[in-house]
Amino acid sequence: MTSAPGSDGPSSPDSNGSVSNKSVSNKSVSNKERMAIPRQTMPTRDADARSHTFDEVNVGLGHDEAVLEATRCLQCTRAWCVDACPVHVDIRLFLDRLADDDLAGAARSLLSDNALPCVTGRVCPQEIQCEGACPRGKRGGPVAIGHLERYVADWAAQHADQVEAGPRVTPSGRRVAIVGSGPGGLTAAGELARRGHAVTIFEAFHTAGGVLGYGIPPFRLPRDVTAREVARLERLGVFVETNAVVGRTYDLDELRGEFDAVFVAVGAGLPVFLDIPGENLKGVYSANEYLTRVNLMGAFRPEADTPVLRGHRVAVVGGGNVAVDAVRTARRLGADEAVVVYRRTRQELPARAEEVDHAQEEGVRFEFLAAPVEVLGDDAGWVTGLRCLRTELGEPDDSGRRRPLPLAGSEFDLPCDVVVVSVGTRANPLLTQSAPDLDLDDRGFIAVDDDGRTSLSGVFAGGDIVRGSATVILAMGDGKRAAAAIHAFLCELDATRG
Amino acid sequence: MYPVVGCDRLAPLVVRLVVEAPRIAAKRQPGQFVIVHLHEGAERIPLTIAEADPSAGTITLVVQSVGKSTADLCAVSAGDVIRDVAGPLGRPTDLLERGHAVCVAGGVGSAVVAPIAAALSARGVRVTSVVGARTQAQLLLVDQLTSIGDVVVCTDDASAGRAGLVSDALGDICRDGGVDAVYAVGPVAMMQACAEVTRPLRIPTTVSLNSIMVDGTGMCGGCRVSVGGRTAYACVDGPEFDGHQVDFALLADRLTTYHDFERTAADRGRGVCTDLGATS
Repeated sequence: MTSAPGSDGPSSPDSNGSVSNKSVSNKSVSNKERMAIPRQTMPTRDADARSHTFDEVNVGLGHDEAVLEATRCLQCTRAWCVDACPVHVDIRLFLDRLADDDLAGAARSLLSDNALPCVTGRVCPQEIQCEGACPRGKRGGPVAIGHLERYVADWAAQHADQVEAGPRVTPSGRRVAIVGSGPGGLTAAGELARRGHAVTIFEAFHTAGGVLGYGIPPFRLPRDVTAREVARLERLGVFVETNAVVGRTYDLDELRGEFDAVFVAVGAGLPVFLDIPGENLKGVYSANEYLTRVNLMGAFRPEADTPVLRGHRVAVVGGGNVAVDAVRTARRLGADEAVVVYRRTRQELPARAEEVDHAQEEGVRFEFLAAPVEVLGDDAGWVTGLRCLRTELGEPDDSGRRRPLPLAGSEFDLPCDVVVVSVGTRANPLLTQSAPDLDLDDRGFIAVDDDGRTSLSGVFAGGDIVRGSATVILAMGDGKRAAAAIHAFLCELDATRG
Repeated sequence: MYPVVGCDRLAPLVVRLVVEAPRIAAKRQPGQFVIVHLHEGAERIPLTIAEADPSAGTITLVVQSVGKSTADLCAVSAGDVIRDVAGPLGRPTDLLERGHAVCVAGGVGSAVVAPIAAALSARGVRVTSVVGARTQAQLLLVDQLTSIGDVVVCTDDASAGRAGLVSDALGDICRDGGVDAVYAVGPVAMMQACAEVTRPLRIPTTVSLNSIMVDGTGMCGGCRVSVGGRTAYACVDGPEFDGHQVDFALLADRLTTYHDFERTAADRGRGVCTDLGATS
């Protein structure tokens, strides 16, 4: 099953496993010895086999590999990795404990900084964050911080009794409503619950997790990982109310009346289409719809009632993580040809590097420097292809990436029967329309200060409804910062009300 | 969990469910719908709220069995629970202020039209209803609509009322004059025919679109329809739109997206269907 070493079994970290380097104390390892340890490889499922299943691709490091990998950390005086982490996980400390084979200590440290380490260890773009800043990257590759975070977090999930037991928090008597149970909302919930506040999360869907449930496919983030992170928050006293659409079931003013503070983390929500002819043909999906049908509604399972069109040739337009998730999903649904159509080149792909590599291993093709101009269809209204123009890259645009320029007369047709449009999202106005006093920016996203405060007292916001399309970890950073600001706000309330 | 507290059969394939959902009952306005998710693994299907009783904390749904998901829902009995009911979703009906409104219902469209007719009547608007079905046994909520105003019944087979299409009956009423607004809900072809009747007469005509949905909150875009040449989302911009602006052909075509799934599933001996009715 596995194509790389994994000594003590897939994804079942075991603190009692044999430890090859235990005879040598971590502290007595010289820097020269640390430098000599090669970066441990994440075992993955075989590319051919996995491109037909939704099982997780990365199998997880074994115990010995994890401890050895942690020993590669040089414990730099200045922790560059921590500076580069949007939620400032004390990476140096948890790696030190892991290298000492103190798994419970490592887990406690990690969990005190990061509410969702099982998630971030799997989906963060480490190469542009912690690992990108690791000085070891210059020689032999950076410490595999993401893989180690996942290892420790998974261990913690299986040893909750050794990790979660802590002093009971005194209830503050304050109530906080969180709108949205995605990464931003869950992070804020954890931070606030730990400070003794009573937290209720309002989720529009029937299951908590937001984008972790409907967006990120199970082969990257298994559903039970998200479920157990939610369960851990529930053990902290967080209450999740599903089927609660704020803006419809409740409006913001009702929440403000019932709670002392509100954190809005509803995500961006509205899919952007290309606005080209043929986009309403049968077989054209937004990435949101395609992934929701498969991930949340389980359309990949034969027994599920929700259908999804399983194309033989699927074209996914876009180059972000969502596009790569969609195209790899298409492969798994049986597409013989699954193609990413992207206006720029591989260098500019915003998707996480590991996912692009995995996609290529799985037989996904990338059509770079191509811009769709029309979806082609037959007389019965079904998609038959995607007409594109070749592009070349011009001067950098506002985003700093080189602007794609279509080349006249370069038209070509890509035959396909399903098109998935994955070119970003806009702000969903459902909540904000019900709150006319809430200041928005000119694109409809909620305007906030550095701590997530909105124009309404006691109302905070973060994640994609503030940033537009961003990442899980940035939403979590917002959740963490906003939680601190909410806590300060609640303490102030206590002070002013005596 | 949402307990089903009442359940009765209105027609051979049509069931009325009364469901405990106090928050939704308190908020709901005519024209709005809920997304119903019967159990884990089931589809999320949109259903218009036919009635709500805020004091009892219940909403009433009328479900027509057209495929597996709706058949499963029709098989529910009082005492059962529905895993998830989310709402109220969509924009409320834009109700005529005063004058004379004609409410046209085809099939289970009656369940959408009835609360609109009741709300219009409550604000003093004169309501005439036109209720149609293939045959008498499939006529729905005629008594309820009769208690609100005049009712014209139409059946394809002349088993009750006048023979023929509701759009023809609508045309007769409109040509008599004095009609200020039309609300038409039912199969796509019926709504289109009604819109074509009122277009030359310039009578404002509201239709309720039953496009395919997943989340009901604007997130998936699956329910997109073309209205006045612009893309709109039935779930958040609708489900009700100006019938003179709607591209009905596109709507009808997109509704066939998953027909093969139903056939394939039937071949395998089990029905699979996406819901075909936000409003049915």
